[in-house]
Amino acid sequence: MDELIKGIVAPFVDHPDDVRVVREQNNDEVTYILTVNKADMGKVIGKKGRMASAIRTVVHAAGLAHHEKATLTIRE
Amino acid sequence: MKEVTVSGKSVDEALEEALKTLQVSQDEVDVEVLEEPKKGLLGFIGSKQAVIKVTVKVDPIHKAQDYLQAIIKKIGIDSEIAINKIGDRDYQFLITGEDLGLVIGKRGLTLNALQYLTNLVANQSSDANVRIELDAENYRVRRKTALEKLAQRTADRVRKTKKAVKLEPMPSHERKIVHMALQDVAEITTYSTGEEPNRAVVIDFKNKE
Repeated sequence: MDELIKGIVAPFVDHPDDVRVVREQNNDEVTYILTVNKADMGKVIGKKGRMASAIRTVVHAAGLAHHEKATLTIRE
Repeated sequence: MKEVTVSGKSVDEALEEALKTLQVSQDEVDVEVLEEPKKGLLGFIGSKQAVIKVTVKVDPIHKAQDYLQAIIKKIGIDSEIAINKIGDRDYQFLITGEDLGLVIGKRGLTLNALQYLTNLVANQSSDANVRIELDAENYRVRRKTALEKLAQRTADRVRKTKKAVKLEPMPSHERKIVHMALQDVAEITTYSTGEEPNRAVVIDFKNKE
């Protein structure tokens, strides 16, 4: 899943080395925390949050494939 | 990105050499002249060779295909993507494989998210201007039929009740299907309301008193 999230945002960020994904498990829910460089924050969120929402949708689908309830949080 | 720097007696000669090395044709590359050639005294003293940098242009469609393929694989699904050119700038990426339900998602949500990301990647370079539609398991056609039925059914209800009905939010290409389905239907008018991504079609009675 880490690789998936990194792969989704990779083409859009200027600082790929600053992209990090941390996994947090709370009961049966898994939250992936995506951290990007402050300068890349706008790109990852996108116009009206459309990029962030698209990434969340794909992460959710991948979660279903691995039988987990996956959500995504984005931080700088 | 594939690129080479080559020198030669002239720019043309250097370019020819570069194209041979990269095994591409001239319209697939960008050429930057780093040093103009100079003819020296007696043709050789103080002469300078041409130096050029030749970069292979990234084809936006294949870049997008690679991107999408990698994402679907990382979701955990084996798939293949076939490319159909359907217009000047319009392409259809046909995803085939087993169990593509996850790739499509509820009401095409995942397919639309992947489509959005794929289009962003394809149109990243400033000179690219393409539109890519993703489809899997004939979803787009099935959805179009379902939306047209929904539109007709809702229009019948609006005609009876004379009250507007707002459909659930849809992406623009789906709203268009609803508008088109009802554009020539008597007593019915349609418009969209709300902001993306919650923009929705309203089906309304035309001749209100």
